[in-house]
Amino acid sequence: MTTETSWLAARPRLRSTLLSQEAVLLLALLGLLLIVGLINQRYVAERNLISIALAHAYIAVAAIGMSMVIITGNIDISVGSLIGVLAAVSGTLANMGLPIVLAWLLPILLAMLISGSLGILVAYCRIPSIVASLGYLSILKGGLIIWTGGAWITDLPENFGLSLQRWFGIPAPIWAMLVLTALAAYWMRNSRTGRSFYAIGGNAEAARLAGIPTQKLVVLVFVLNGMFAGIAGILFATQLKVIQTTVPPYLELTIITAAVVGGVSILGGTGTVIGSTLAAILLAAIGSALIFIDVSPFWLRATYGTLILVTVLFDLHRRRLQRRAL
Amino acid sequence: MMKNLLAGDYIHEKILALMLVLSLAVLSVLSDKFMTVANILNQGRLIAEIGLVALPMTLIIVTGGIDLAVGSILGLSAIVLGIAWKGLGLPLGAAMAASVGAGILAGCCNGLLITRMRVPPLITTLATLALFRGIAEGLSQARSVRGYPEWFFFLGQGEIAGIPVQVIILVVMAALFWFLLAKTTLGRSLYAIGSNEVAARYAGIPVDRIKVLAYGLSGLMSGLAAVIFVSRVSTTRSDMGSGLELDVIAAVVLGGTSIFGGRGTIVGTILGFLLIGLLKNGLALTGVKGDATIVVIGLVLILAILASNLAERYRH
Repeated sequence: MTTETSWLAARPRLRSTLLSQEAVLLLALLGLLLIVGLINQRYVAERNLISIALAHAYIAVAAIGMSMVIITGNIDISVGSLIGVLAAVSGTLANMGLPIVLAWLLPILLAMLISGSLGILVAYCRIPSIVASLGYLSILKGGLIIWTGGAWITDLPENFGLSLQRWFGIPAPIWAMLVLTALAAYWMRNSRTGRSFYAIGGNAEAARLAGIPTQKLVVLVFVLNGMFAGIAGILFATQLKVIQTTVPPYLELTIITAAVVGGVSILGGTGTVIGSTLAAILLAAIGSALIFIDVSPFWLRATYGTLILVTVLFDLHRRRLQRRAL
Repeated sequence: MMKNLLAGDYIHEKILALMLVLSLAVLSVLSDKFMTVANILNQGRLIAEIGLVALPMTLIIVTGGIDLAVGSILGLSAIVLGIAWKGLGLPLGAAMAASVGAGILAGCCNGLLITRMRVPPLITTLATLALFRGIAEGLSQARSVRGYPEWFFFLGQGEIAGIPVQVIILVVMAALFWFLLAKTTLGRSLYAIGSNEVAARYAGIPVDRIKVLAYGLSGLMSGLAAVIFVSRVSTTRSDMGSGLELDVIAAVVLGGTSIFGGRGTIVGTILGFLLIGLLKNGLALTGVKGDATIVVIGLVLILAILASNLAERYRH
């Protein structure tokens, strides 16, 4: 052992803070900005930094709900298709002449209903979440194609573009990402329900015996997941003057990647939504960096895959370290 | 009658067989194009790739694992085929071997990550789903490879005695996998691992080696499916096989294999992919566009498991 590690070992709080996923992600993000910024200054220009955060703001919002679901030991692979459906519903409602606020809010309610019904299948009908959400993915994705035929929704009302608005110079989706992450992080840390989610993911049977209504809470976590997916869907739908009704390929994978790279253990029980938001931004920053250092964007997906593997291996290694430290 | 049907083993398989017969009957009444030889042979070609990959997927899910990367392995193998042949100038036979080899390598890579590094299968294959597809996209740079020689199309477009070549391959492979899972020690070991991995380890079963073998087989069959896919559509693209994992896992789970491991049969899986192929085709014949037919997979998947859970409860 080197002196440095023993110096750290004597300071357990500092050690666990430095070893936390959030700190690692923040360092990785700053390191990336620094290195690529040195190669090409335009990468760290304010314009590009905002476009990085903007690109994945809706993914970060969806990743909040996904993180909660994964923390309870479940998963939802239908969320990408759900976002696609909601965007189309929102655009259609707006074009039917409904008040814009309703075109924004009704899809969120619909998402809570759809995702909640998925939660009922998981909690009460005992269908594993990966299988049930696989079924929902097919139904939602296929249903969207049947309904819209892949046609874009155009001629949207002027005031529909929520994501195009700026408040104090910062685009609305970035505000949404920051505020929702802060609220969700506080709630997960301090509320009884938030703590219960961790308990269910840590050991569902123990949680049930401790008097936690696990089935109801699993439905609730899926309803919340639907709410965040709904908000993400609205942010996605309103970012352009048209709505593309084809679901972005591998959207659910990017959202799950953000949650996992953010430190949410796929085994349930650990992770935070601050980590998942940082990870969502890091993923966007990597995508943008590839362009600035002249690497073909076709390598982006391979980078994401490597990143998940590295994170998970790092996480397993760190758990062993922490176990040894105990 | 109902009680009789639900008694004994293989309830799930019986329910599936019943659903299969019912949908056959309904579809042949609904569409006169359905019960034609041409349509059924053509469907066989489309089902073969899903079926080939569903066979090893059954083994994996029986061990309590999952392989989400199969579609990406198919894409990667297809790209390797194109690059080895056109890019590196290898003879096409060698390129086909390289393609299947890439599949095996990718599958073993999953198996090693799962057994050596102790990364859970879901997360391992989620990562390699992105990684393998990413490598395929990076290698191909969105260029497709065409212009294969005539003999190569035999695998995907040819027929022997009127039966599509890939259907014959599928039947042979299904028989092999059925034998492996139902009749060999290795098969019993797969069930043992899925039922209780720790106990299996203490019983002296080489759990890790068997798992690597299962994921390697999955890679092998995905590579084989890739060669057949390229031969069927005469071109190589990096997005080939995307979403394949959905069809395959749906077929296996629909076939009664428990996602928690320890339970499942190859016969169930065969019924599963036949039913999925059938319903997709039936929907397409009633005028629904190709991609949209996945709706039926989702519905059938959820309904089948609900029905199976209910039947289970009814029995006890």
